[in-house]
Amino acid sequence: MQKLRQWLITSDLASIAILAIVILVVMPLTADIFRLNLIGKYLSYAFVAVGLVMLWGYGGILSLGQGVFFGLGGYAMAMFLKLEASDPETTKIQSTPGIPDFMDWNQLTALPTWWEPFHSLTFTIVAVMAVPAILAFIIGFAMFKRRVGGVYFAIITQAVALILTVLIIGQQGYTGGVNGMTDLKTMHGWDIRDDSSKYILYYANAILLFAAIFVCRMVQRSKAGTLLLAMRDKEDRVRFSGYDVANFRIFVFCLAAVLCGLGGAMFTLQVGFMSPSFVGIVPSIEMVIFAAVGGRMSLVGAVYGTLLVNFGKTYFSESFPQLWLFLMAALFIGVVMAFPNGLAGVWETSVKPRLLRKRVAAAAQPKSPPPPPATLPTTEAAPASPSGAGTSGNVGPATA
Amino acid sequence: MSAADIWNIVLMQGFAGLSLFSVLLLMGLGLAIIFGQMGVINMAHGEFMTIGAYTIFLASTLVQNYAPGLMPYYFLIAIAVAFVLAFGAGWLAEWALIRHLYRRPLDTLLATWGLSLGMQQTFRSTFGPKEVSPTLPDWLMGSWAPVEGLDIPINGMFVMGLTLVVTGMIFLLLYRSRWGLRVRATVANRVMANAIGINTRKTDRMTFAIGCGIAGVAGAAFTTIGSTGPTSGSLYIVDAFLVVTFGGAASLLGTVASAFGIAQTQSITEFFLTGSMAKVLTLLTIVIILMIRPQGLFAAKVRR
Repeated sequence: MQKLRQWLITSDLASIAILAIVILVVMPLTADIFRLNLIGKYLSYAFVAVGLVMLWGYGGILSLGQGVFFGLGGYAMAMFLKLEASDPETTKIQSTPGIPDFMDWNQLTALPTWWEPFHSLTFTIVAVMAVPAILAFIIGFAMFKRRVGGVYFAIITQAVALILTVLIIGQQGYTGGVNGMTDLKTMHGWDIRDDSSKYILYYANAILLFAAIFVCRMVQRSKAGTLLLAMRDKEDRVRFSGYDVANFRIFVFCLAAVLCGLGGAMFTLQVGFMSPSFVGIVPSIEMVIFAAVGGRMSLVGAVYGTLLVNFGKTYFSESFPQLWLFLMAALFIGVVMAFPNGLAGVWETSVKPRLLRKRVAAAAQPKSPPPPPATLPTTEAAPASPSGAGTSGNVGPATA
Repeated sequence: MSAADIWNIVLMQGFAGLSLFSVLLLMGLGLAIIFGQMGVINMAHGEFMTIGAYTIFLASTLVQNYAPGLMPYYFLIAIAVAFVLAFGAGWLAEWALIRHLYRRPLDTLLATWGLSLGMQQTFRSTFGPKEVSPTLPDWLMGSWAPVEGLDIPINGMFVMGLTLVVTGMIFLLLYRSRWGLRVRATVANRVMANAIGINTRKTDRMTFAIGCGIAGVAGAAFTTIGSTGPTSGSLYIVDAFLVVTFGGAASLLGTVASAFGIAQTQSITEFFLTGSMAKVLTLLTIVIILMIRPQGLFAAKVRR
């Protein structure tokens, strides 16, 4: 019993297990299907937050353009679903049957060639992951090889987010414009809108999310994870040791992008549409706050953070819309100023030692006074420096 | 179409480019001081501009209701008030928020984003969600037509003139005043500046506040071009950052040059393409150039 308690408090596998119970058992049992679908939507954002933990918490690189990758994944999936939803039979009232309705409204008479491959589900699934990865590789290769990091990287990724939003809105004949792609119905004839498929999609999303968490945990525990941390804190020393810092950064940026793409695709499947309002600058920065609230060093914390912020957003913007932005402002400022490591940081520094001390004290009471806290088992999150990612040495581009 | 017509189109197109140039420059100047000199990412910069814009709106409403006789003159005074208010707000923000975060630039970004959300909601609660425009004095309206077929809007000229004045003043302040000397010393080497007796904390606060004040003036000037809403500040922020980064962060001259380049590129592509595609093309060019040359056009020779 004692051992189990110890394991529950200290092991990171236990925290994943608890999260799994919450998501896979508690949520589906307590929430009706409408709420569960909403939670599923939040969990699709959690992919982005998990990616940001790797990129920002471990890599020390803050990207303000994660919405771009989320959007690319989401749009790839939406294009497949849209093509299936607009077969010649259902769209026969259009002047050109067989093409998506927004193309018809914009006087397009044939399907653009770059839409053609999205008739195939296999291609779509590959594209959901590959397109964000390729874009991330191009951006990452160009920037990290030139030793651009920190603030400049944030500004440029933000500009990329703006470019994609303007492009999507401007080219409405090809992308659906401001409204995005709506009326998505079936996937290979399987209706994604009825309740049973919503349950299936929720579980698919949750299982994918846990797979993502395990992959990230593997990376964290590998040599690459250690090197990422080292690079974040003392980039030059890693470079002097003979490692190519840029390659690791490109890798983690691509990893985060793939996760975002997956999240976007799951979002489209569960919500039934995709629009540019999930691509731009504002959603991208909001996604950063999910990770920041949960704790930028904790994969599990990021999921909790995402759920919490989104529950708050839904609740407050329904009941007190005036208050929500103020609360969001306070959240941004408070997390940065008071809790740089978010909820996970509070758990590590305040809750966990207390729980452990109680146990140690109870066990040691008959014999000797409790041992000093220094002998407490140290955990994986210990190396998180309180100042977090912002302290990385090389902030600007390397000016000669 | 005669040769004179083509000439007029070229002139007006050139003026549109210059007008956009002054808008971009005015946006970028405050940020060039805050981001370029201090290295602080102020995501709330657009909201400080909105403070200036709402000041003009308030002033115009007040003057119209209580002292209609002053209508022709209020605008210039209101610009000064806009500077003072934005300056004060900036001073407060630095004291409450920024000064704790100088060592964590990425966290500053998040905190100031939070600040901008709070300010937006404050504007929305105070002035309502609708966009407002002040009643402008008559001398700002209309256009100047020196020859037949050539129309040059007066508000555009006013913004240009104001940009010229503000730019001149910033150059004077930075390169010909004690404050400028202190700022440049702090940027070049903070520890050394401290050692020779410059109060770098005070300099930081002053610098941040002046940058915000200039943002207020920019916002005030933009009321002559467009209307103001609670979120209009966020429209400018990416452009402003790109102007400063593209020019080379620590170089004021670079900011001027990059604003000119960006404005001309955009207004020329706008002539041939749709507005959104012109914007995409311009932004894409900037991003690609920044990827190839991350230090921007004019790199400052600072030892790091």
